[in-house]
Amino acid sequence: MVTRIKATLNDFWRYRYLLVNLISRDFKLKYRRSVLGVLWSVLNPLLMMCVMYLVFSQLLDTRGTGIEHFPVYLMSGQLLFTFFSDATTSSMSSMLGAASLIKKVYIPKYIFPLEKVCFALVNTCFSFIALILVMVITGVTPSFTMLLFFFPLLTLFVFSLGIGLFLSSMTVFFRDIMHMWTVFTTALLYFSAIFYDPTTLGNAWFIIMIKFNPLYWYITAFRQLVLYGEMLTLEMVLMCIGMAVVSLVIGLFVFRKKQDKFVLYI
Amino acid sequence: MGIIEVNGVSMRFNMAKERSESLKEYFVALTKGKLQFEEFYALKNVSLNVEKGDFYGLIGLNGSGKSTLLKIISGVYKPTLGSVKSTGTIAPLIELGAGFDMDLTARENIYLNGTVLGLTPKFITSKFQDIVDFSELKEFLDVPLKNYSSGMVARLAFAIATMTQPDILIADEILSVGDFLFQQKCEERMDNLLKAGTTVILVSHSIEQIERMCNKVAWIKKGEVVMDGDVKTVCDAYKNTQR
Repeated sequence: MVTRIKATLNDFWRYRYLLVNLISRDFKLKYRRSVLGVLWSVLNPLLMMCVMYLVFSQLLDTRGTGIEHFPVYLMSGQLLFTFFSDATTSSMSSMLGAASLIKKVYIPKYIFPLEKVCFALVNTCFSFIALILVMVITGVTPSFTMLLFFFPLLTLFVFSLGIGLFLSSMTVFFRDIMHMWTVFTTALLYFSAIFYDPTTLGNAWFIIMIKFNPLYWYITAFRQLVLYGEMLTLEMVLMCIGMAVVSLVIGLFVFRKKQDKFVLYI
Repeated sequence: MGIIEVNGVSMRFNMAKERSESLKEYFVALTKGKLQFEEFYALKNVSLNVEKGDFYGLIGLNGSGKSTLLKIISGVYKPTLGSVKSTGTIAPLIELGAGFDMDLTARENIYLNGTVLGLTPKFITSKFQDIVDFSELKEFLDVPLKNYSSGMVARLAFAIATMTQPDILIADEILSVGDFLFQQKCEERMDNLLKAGTTVILVSHSIEQIERMCNKVAWIKKGEVVMDGDVKTVCDAYKNTQR
């Protein structure tokens, strides 16, 4: 058992540069031939926030108007959600995308979903520049808890990786999952308290139900640290870590069990 | 002790036509009890022993299982039955250009493909000039690969795969691309690697080439080893086959 873990780690270490190279490839291809290039990574979430802000504060006049620092509230939720949705969606099809490669060369296969989740994280880091900008402009009071912003982000990273591993191995056998996941993430978007505050909805059921949504915990933890300057409760910390670990264990288990069959089905 | 030991390897494929690619098809097939695949054995109980320093040739007609065997040796496929033991690093040349991204330039691809083979960027940089010289593509380095001709891609791929001194080089039909000058160059490089201690496994349909380069040959027919050993005996027998 120990030797097997050691061999896996050795393998990973040998291919670490491949991981970096794949990320930089994705990055280059994403912005090749666009005039503004990398700037889009910052601009995009900024513009998205403007659209959503206009819709939810002017057009629809939802509860958004009652939330303090609504632009930052909106944007922080949206950034974390986009990270999750990008990471899982792209890692889901990562094995199919790597078909030409893994059919001809031996590469540890988990590299591909891992790379996609890392790439989503890189993009999210750029989006943080936009978030900081909005925070400065709208005058959010700085606090020391902001420095802990990485905690919900990293636990969400692990959580997304687990889901990504699971989805990528299942998609090899059933392509339908790709279509189902699109619908699922859209539903999740409305259920993650991104542009409303669930406690003000006046629906006790909803407040209970939303706690079953893992994303709600990560987004809330992030807002508490960054927007409200509050320390996380122990419950919060344990939930974030616990869900990440459970997701990763399940993802790895399924992936390991299925990975030898991938080449035969893609 | 051989450097590659193939012990009783069988490889089973499920034929593509019965494969269910969507949930609906899967459940329909499941309820009808039709979820049995048509099985096809690409390899049946194959055993080979390659010694260190061998230049080992594989011959056989199309679809006899040569490429499948190479893929099993290089770790792409896991055999259904049997086992493969190999010692040392393997440089696979199953198909030239595997691991290239056609949208990236040659320069970027050299690094990408090098890391696919598990090399460090530092090492690739030290060999960069070598690769460029060997592939003779200096003036096209910053052109995306999609604008390359297939011969140019092959040259670049061969140069990258042979920049290290691998313990085992696996080459599948790769010398058939490229013009005759480049083929000579490739053979020369493979000879040099061999002299430096690399074990080479070569698949080729050019019997003349096998006879000239290899010291041992295995003849595979419909997934089974018909003969292996001395080059002359096996090649002569192979040449006398009828369809």
